[in-house]
Amino acid sequence: MHPPKVLVTKIGLDGHDRGSRVVASFLRDAGMEVVYTPPWQDIAAVVKLAMEEDVDVIGVSSLATDHLIVPKLMRALGAAGLEDIAVIVGGIVPDADEAMLLEAGVARVFHPGSALEEIAAEVVRLTSARRAVNA
Amino acid sequence: MTKPLKAGELSERESEFEIWQREYAAAVGSEKTVRNRSGIEVKPLYTPQDWQGEYATDLGYPGQPPYARGIYASMHRGRTWSQRQLIGLGTPTDYNARLLEMIAQGTTAVSLIPCNSVFRGYDMDEVHAELLGTCGVVANTVEHMEQCLAGVDLAHTSCAMNDPSPFTLLALMLATAKRRGVDWRTISGTSNQSDYLSHYVANHMFFRIALPGARRILTDHIEFCNRHLPRWNPMSVVGQHTQQAGATPAESMAFTLSSAIQYAEDCVARGMEPDAFLPRFTFFFDISVSLFEEIAKFRAGRRIWARITPERFGARDPRSWRFKFHGQTSGVDLTRQQPLNNIARVTVQAIAGILGGLQSLHTDAYDEALSCPTEFGARIAVNTQNILREEAHLTDVIDPLGGSYYIESLTDEMEQKILGVMAQVEAAGGMYAAVEQGLVQKMIGASARGFQESIESGAQTVVGVNAYQVEEGKGERQALPTPDPAKMQAHIAAFKAYKQARSQAAVQQAQDRLAAAANDPQQNIFERVVEVAEAGCTHGEICATLRRELGFGQPLVMV
Repeated sequence: MHPPKVLVTKIGLDGHDRGSRVVASFLRDAGMEVVYTPPWQDIAAVVKLAMEEDVDVIGVSSLATDHLIVPKLMRALGAAGLEDIAVIVGGIVPDADEAMLLEAGVARVFHPGSALEEIAAEVVRLTSARRAVNA
Repeated sequence: MTKPLKAGELSERESEFEIWQREYAAAVGSEKTVRNRSGIEVKPLYTPQDWQGEYATDLGYPGQPPYARGIYASMHRGRTWSQRQLIGLGTPTDYNARLLEMIAQGTTAVSLIPCNSVFRGYDMDEVHAELLGTCGVVANTVEHMEQCLAGVDLAHTSCAMNDPSPFTLLALMLATAKRRGVDWRTISGTSNQSDYLSHYVANHMFFRIALPGARRILTDHIEFCNRHLPRWNPMSVVGQHTQQAGATPAESMAFTLSSAIQYAEDCVARGMEPDAFLPRFTFFFDISVSLFEEIAKFRAGRRIWARITPERFGARDPRSWRFKFHGQTSGVDLTRQQPLNNIARVTVQAIAGILGGLQSLHTDAYDEALSCPTEFGARIAVNTQNILREEAHLTDVIDPLGGSYYIESLTDEMEQKILGVMAQVEAAGGMYAAVEQGLVQKMIGASARGFQESIESGAQTVVGVNAYQVEEGKGERQALPTPDPAKMQAHIAAFKAYKQARSQAAVQQAQDRLAAAANDPQQNIFERVVEVAEAGCTHGEICATLRRELGFGQPLVMV
C-alpha cells in the first residue's frame, strides 16, 4: 500500500495549533504523506485542497469549539462527492458533541491524552478501508 | 556496636558527604539522569557546595535589585496578589452577570476575554454563528462595552483587556469611560497580551494585521497610553503563549525577555525615554506543574530584567527594573481523564507562581480540558486562590525558599539556560528577525514534540493518561455552557440594526481618517482608533480598514 495521505488542518476561528503540529509531524515521521495548513481555513478551501491533493483522511484539530462547524464540512465534502474521505477530529470535544460529530459522519474523535501511535494506526485503518472501497 | 567517629577521624578516611554519596548509591543503585522540563540535570541533593553566590549582589532584599527575592519590599505579606480571573462568555449582558458575580466572590480585578471572532478581527455578522460567544464575549461596539462593564466602577477597578493590535477593546472602554464622565487618568489596567510576536509564533490568536503593521500600532499605542493613561500598562509581554505551545519553561522565559528587549528598542527608536515606558511594561507567564523549576524560572527572569534595563537601556528609575508579572496556571498540564485530578494540578501550579513572586494570578478551572470552563469549575478555581491566600500561610514569609541550596543553584542554572536561548535569538538579529526567520517556531515545535514523546515513552508520568488510568463512563461530565442561541440571534439582530441606524457618511469619514493615519507615519494610529470607536465604528470595521491598509498577516507555520 502507498503510504496514507493525510490533510491536517484547522477550520473556524481558533489558532492554537500545538496539537495539530505534533500530530502532523508524527504522522510524517511515521512515513505518511502529510498536507498541513495554517489555522482558520474556510470550509470551501479545505474541500478544494482535499480534492486537489486526493487525500485519504482529513484530520481536523479543534481547541476552542471550532468542532461545532465540522458538520458543515461533512456536508460540503458530501456535496463535492468526497464522502469516501474519512474525517477525524482531535482536540477538546465535550462528550455530547462527540455524539453529534459521529452522527454527522466523522469517523473518529480523539481527545487530549490520545497516543500518537493510536492516531497513526487509525489513519492507516481508515486509509485501507477507503482504498478497498475505491479499488 | 561501633563507636561514633569524631570529625577529625572522618576527614582522614571519608567525609560525611562521601558517606552520604556511598549510602545514597547503595540505596538507589544505578539511576537514570533526572532532568527538569528545561533539560537541566537535577541532582538528588544540594548542599552549600552548590551555591557560592553573593547574597547582596545575587539575591538582595525584596524590593531591591536584582530582585531575586521579589520586586517589592513587602511582597505578599504586605499586599497579596490580585485575583484576576479571565472570563468571557456569550453576549455582553451574559458576561456582565458573570463578572458581577465573580466580583462578589472576591475577584479583585476584571479581565475581559472576547469571542474568537473578535480575536480574529471580525464582527459577529462575518463569522459562523455557531461559534459566537462559545469562548468569550461578543463585543463589537461601544454599546456592547457599556453593557459588559455595567455596574463596574472604572475609576477604581483594574481592568485587563485581552485584545492586542489594534486594541479596539481598550478604545471601546475609553469611549465608555468618556460617556460616563470618568477621567481617563484614573483608569488602571493592562492591555493584556499586547505582545503580537507571541501570538505570531505560538497560538495564532488575535492575529490579524501583518507583522510590520502590528509592530507600528503597538508602539503607537504605548506612546498614546504614556500620554493619556498614566495608570495603564500598555505592554504585556507574554511567555504564556510560547510555553503553552510547547516551549520549555527556560525557552519561554528567554523568548519573553527577548521580546521585551525588542519592544523596548522599538520605543527607543521612536524617541521615547526608557524610564517613561519601562515602568509600564508587564509580563504574563504560564505556570506548569514543575514546581521548583517554575519558581526558579521566575526568580531568574527577575534578575535578568534587573540587569538588562539599566545596562542595555540606561534606565535609572527602579520602577523600570521591576519585573511585574501575571501568572496563569497551565491548561496544557490538565487532563481530560479523571478531570477532578486537575484541581490538585492547579493548586501546585498556583503555589509555584505564588512562591515565584507573582503580582496577579489566574487559576484555571479543572474542566478546561473538557470544554470551556463551567461556572462550577470557575468557582473552584477562585476558591483555590482563596484557600492558598487565607488558609495555607503561604503569604507569611517573603520568598520562603530563598537560600535553599537547591532553589538558588537551580535559579542560577535556569538563568544560564535562559541567557543561552536569548543569545541565539540575539544572534539571529533580535526577536522580530528570529520570528520572521521561523527560528522561534522551530524551537517551540521541537520542544512540543519532545514533551509529547516523553509522555508516550512513559518517561514523564501523567496521572490518568499514561498511569493510574481508570475506566470512565461517557456523558457523566457537566455539559458545556453554550450561549443561548435565541439571545445570540437577538444580539446579532440588534447589532445589524445599530449599523443601519448610524450616519453612514460619518462612519465612512471616520474610516477614511483611520486609513489616512495608517498611511502617514507621522500620525498615531491608535489615537485614530479611539476616535473612530467613539464615532460609532465597529471593531470589525476598524480591523478591516487596517488590514486593508497595512496588510493581512498569515502566520509562518511549519511542521
